[in-house]
Amino acid sequence: MRALRLLAFGWWFQFKTISRSPFEGLFQIIYPLFFATVAFLMFRAGSDTKTLLYASLGSAVMGMWSATSTTAGGAMQRERWHGTLEALVASPPHFALILLPITLAMSTIGIYCLVATLLFGRFAFGIDLTVEHPAAFAVSIVGTVLSFGALGFLFAVTFVRYRAAWALGNLFEYPVWLIGGFLVPLVLLPGWVRPISWALAPTWGMNAIRESSLGGTPWPDLALCLLLGVVYVGIGVAVLERVLGAARKRAALSLT
Amino acid sequence: MAVIEARDLRRTYRTTTGVVRRRSLEVEAVRGVSFEVAEGELFGLLGPNGAGKTTTIKMLITLLIPTSGTAKVLGHDVVKDAREVRKRIGYVFGGERGVYERLSGWDNLRYFAELYGVPPKEQKARIEGLLELVGLTGREHERTEGYSRGMKQRLHVARGLLHDPPVVFLDEPTIGLDPVGARELRATIASLVEAGKTVLLTTHYMFEADALCDRIAVINKGQIVAHGTPLDLKRGVADGTVVEVEVFGIPDGTQDRVRRLPGVLSVSVEEREQAQMLIVQTRPEVELTQSLLGTLNGAEVGRISKREPTLEDAYVSLVSAEE
Repeated sequence: MRALRLLAFGWWFQFKTISRSPFEGLFQIIYPLFFATVAFLMFRAGSDTKTLLYASLGSAVMGMWSATSTTAGGAMQRERWHGTLEALVASPPHFALILLPITLAMSTIGIYCLVATLLFGRFAFGIDLTVEHPAAFAVSIVGTVLSFGALGFLFAVTFVRYRAAWALGNLFEYPVWLIGGFLVPLVLLPGWVRPISWALAPTWGMNAIRESSLGGTPWPDLALCLLLGVVYVGIGVAVLERVLGAARKRAALSLT
Repeated sequence: MAVIEARDLRRTYRTTTGVVRRRSLEVEAVRGVSFEVAEGELFGLLGPNGAGKTTTIKMLITLLIPTSGTAKVLGHDVVKDAREVRKRIGYVFGGERGVYERLSGWDNLRYFAELYGVPPKEQKARIEGLLELVGLTGREHERTEGYSRGMKQRLHVARGLLHDPPVVFLDEPTIGLDPVGARELRATIASLVEAGKTVLLTTHYMFEADALCDRIAVINKGQIVAHGTPLDLKRGVADGTVVEVEVFGIPDGTQDRVRRLPGVLSVSVEEREQAQMLIVQTRPEVELTQSLLGTLNGAEVGRISKREPTLEDAYVSLVSAEE
């Protein structure tokens, strides 16, 4: 019970911290609109409304992923700069209960990217946003946010130990757009890429969101997305104590 | 049973230099530090910058793993039982870092109250009480980025006491504070001991250690060079004499020349507004005034005075003896 309270409060606290940064807020407003514009211009050639919705959803999830992947690393770096990382590590709870809410807060910010991108597509490009299964669509978004947060958590575990690892977040940003099938269907990618795609929760989250909005069944995709999220958290928790031990051994917690 | 127990603690930092030809460097920050702190005691770790005070305290609060040696807090090993130690200690680092600047002081304290498991029903009263204690009542809903350095440090103190820990570690808590703020904070520290807490304080202000601590360990270059009550340390140099010479433009190499004079225990130079103060501690039977003036190569000299040694002189003597 205490763990759940800590997760919930930590999420709210971190969400409040992130959402109070005007610079990051501006970044979150403008950045996804670039993706959306490029995607709409690419897909406008085909006049099929379903294709445009496909692109619209893809670029929306691109924004969500970018918010998580790039800012998860930035969040750890910010904790170092502000000297709060040591304060968090020196507190009694398992560090996973402190770290997971940080990355979940990041991925929650991604919901804004999704909404902004969809509205931008609607009003700037006239894309029809009819969602076939609104409830399933909402659940898919929540599931995707959770799995993004879980993947961000796995990244953040390495950011705790390696201060320059925030760059990894940027490194993973673009490949996942492609490998996750955000804009290009996975069948068009080489066969060897597909196992990598299957191991990524964003792939299944994207599928679930598309299925629910285009009239299909999102549940198997969503289940896989969440399952992978649980696996990421499990791996993260399993290695976290060792990573923290190494950081305490190498005095890496206070380095900026 | 000692509340804090350090046994032959050592800590080495490894760094690398160079890009192509990488060289590994080892710096021994703490070299075999041992001490014990009894329940309800205010123990001071006194030393100059870079002496190993913060490294020692970081090992004790579980942020650093010792290279060798052991340490226990309330019987719990700081490496093996880190979580048990963390539940029972509070710590305060000096400086402005360590707060969430975009949020208010209240939000910061609420978050750490959750982290330290303060029961939800007690949080409000506990936070209000601590805000009162550190003098931040009325400012708690402002963003901390607008706080002065002193206010941030007082917020650190409140955070360190949220879970009412029996043991408190204070790492240079008054550094950078204005005199009034520092005095208020020292009063708060004294009240912690009155409330029955065990406190380990690091500082490089001699008067602070003298005023607050029951016992002091002087640490220099990673080793404890003396320990005892402030009175014990003063007694160590009580028989000596301190000569202070005001010099306008002290020549290079003066300190080395003075140090070579027979009967000199320690030498230091303090910058004053227009001049420098050459402070020389000597053995009691030695009369050095003329010899001292001879080392100044004809530099203009102002006031010359003699006085009894203070704790500060004891400290300078101990630290200089190691150089």
